[in-house]
Amino acid sequence: MKERITKNMARNIYFGGSIFAILLFAGLTVDTVQKVPELSNSKNITRSVARGKELWEVNNCVGCHTIMGEGAYYAPELANSFNRLGASNEHTFKAYLNGWMEAQPLDTPDRRKMPQFNLTKEEVDNLADFLIWTSNIDDNEWPPNIEG
Amino acid sequence: MKYTSQMVAKPYFIFALVLLVGEIAFGLILGLQYISGDFLFPHIPFNVARMVHTNLLIVLILFAFMGATYYLVPEESERELWSPKLAIITFWVFAAAGVATILGYLLVPYATLAEITYNNILPTMGREFLEQPTITKIGIVLVVLSFIFNVAMTVIKGRRTVISVVLLTGLFGMAFFFLFAFYLPNNLVLDKFFWWFVVHLWVEGVWELILGAILSFVLIKVTGVDREHIDKWLYLIIAMTLVSGIVGTGHHFFYIGTPDYWLWIGSIASAVEPLPFFLMVIYAFSMAKQRRIEHANKIALTWAKGTTVMAFLGAGVWGFLHTLAPVNYYTHGTQLTAAHGHLSFFGAYIMIMFTIISYAMPIMRGRDKGNGPKAQKVERAGFWLMVIGMLGVTLALTVAGTWQIILQRWPESGDALSFMATQAEIIPVYKVRLAFGIMTLAGLLAYLYSFFVKDEPQKVRA
Repeated sequence: MKERITKNMARNIYFGGSIFAILLFAGLTVDTVQKVPELSNSKNITRSVARGKELWEVNNCVGCHTIMGEGAYYAPELANSFNRLGASNEHTFKAYLNGWMEAQPLDTPDRRKMPQFNLTKEEVDNLADFLIWTSNIDDNEWPPNIEG
Repeated sequence: MKYTSQMVAKPYFIFALVLLVGEIAFGLILGLQYISGDFLFPHIPFNVARMVHTNLLIVLILFAFMGATYYLVPEESERELWSPKLAIITFWVFAAAGVATILGYLLVPYATLAEITYNNILPTMGREFLEQPTITKIGIVLVVLSFIFNVAMTVIKGRRTVISVVLLTGLFGMAFFFLFAFYLPNNLVLDKFFWWFVVHLWVEGVWELILGAILSFVLIKVTGVDREHIDKWLYLIIAMTLVSGIVGTGHHFFYIGTPDYWLWIGSIASAVEPLPFFLMVIYAFSMAKQRRIEHANKIALTWAKGTTVMAFLGAGVWGFLHTLAPVNYYTHGTQLTAAHGHLSFFGAYIMIMFTIISYAMPIMRGRDKGNGPKAQKVERAGFWLMVIGMLGVTLALTVAGTWQIILQRWPESGDALSFMATQAEIIPVYKVRLAFGIMTLAGLLAYLYSFFVKDEPQKVRA
């Protein structure tokens, strides 16, 4: 095979192939960016959701947890935490999350530890709003079950 | 060594190896935290140790790439580096910024680090692998730009080879895609989508160009094979890389809120991604077979061949294992992802670093024909310890991931075990993983020791 391909042909495959791939990917990118607002209900991104995302970032939550399957694999998936831990009820979820954050780190020996982040009640509610918004993203029915 | 300015590569290589020791040490800390959650808590929580582990990896690979570039570009261009002084300045700036950032992770809570580095002015922090404070990211951009400028001036003014042009293309691409690290939208889906423009298009795109160029350079040197032949192979490999890798980014867009056509496009394109790695294996082994010279630095060729095999296993085989959307539905975000990540980074990027260091370092230390047989023997022991260690880590994580899927993902809601209960079940496997991690560290120490092994002087010349 390699004897029949000359260096010039190989170079043309490289340039042609890459340009084709770049154009295809760029086209799909434009289309995706246009469709994401609907798939993610971006109109529901309130000030509190945006603030919650900021808190998610500056406390490096993704350093232990996954969100929609991405992040570290040390602590539970959180994109569906609203459904799993809050029974899909906003009031229940916020009460749960405030209690949970307050109780960290748990005193169970050898259990993986979550640090105490010293967030205010308002901040925990922001975080909850962010996770509630996330739970409604159309992510092709992932995860397979409630355990994430 | 043909040009004195190639010597600027030396501090880059040494510093990359120092960072690798730290990277593996923190890997072992994480491995222990998987077994006992109390280990080092609250002094070094898991997320901090993980940031140090992954960020050291990225930075050390960048140092290795820069060192490799500074070594090979003058030789390819047949002239001295445009500015050796600039290369040394950027080394110190980058090293200082890297150390300061790692210390920042370790010494203050992450939220405090965000505050004191004014993350609120241009927020970019808090995303996997892109945890660096914004000012560090700006620093990286400046360092990389000055580096690329220096290299481009050398390439333009000298002889242009396919290797140097491919390398430069890879470096430009790396700089370009890093700019997406500065885009952090409120919408998590868009955030994730463009985050992959940095992460995937680096490791499964432009970095492979850099890898291909370094590999080709070493193969020419140690096999003496005709350059025309090497160039043709390099073009074919990077063609396959970009054709599969760019659209293959889609295998990350299955379950993060992006349109469902990615399920098909991502699966098909990324199913081709093992091909360039397979070509690389054939390439390295057939060049070795057709070699025209018997280079005394045998271990450098071992590293080159080893790189292609391990990269094919890690990126190709372990990547393909879970790249099809229906499979990925169950494997997404499990220990299988970690298994693939570990072997592909080690096989492709850590091993290509060892390849170029193994070839170039003896020359920079005045041993044109490579280290003596005794030192090469120790290095070979290091090679096998590290390779088997990393294969062990990967196999253990593969078992862990499969078990996790069986307990937690596969059963219906209600029957499935919770995440935390599943992880407790898997602890015996994590112990095996840690043991192989220690073996990898032992291999690295043997490798580092090989630098200090003294051979009889006449043997070196023989």
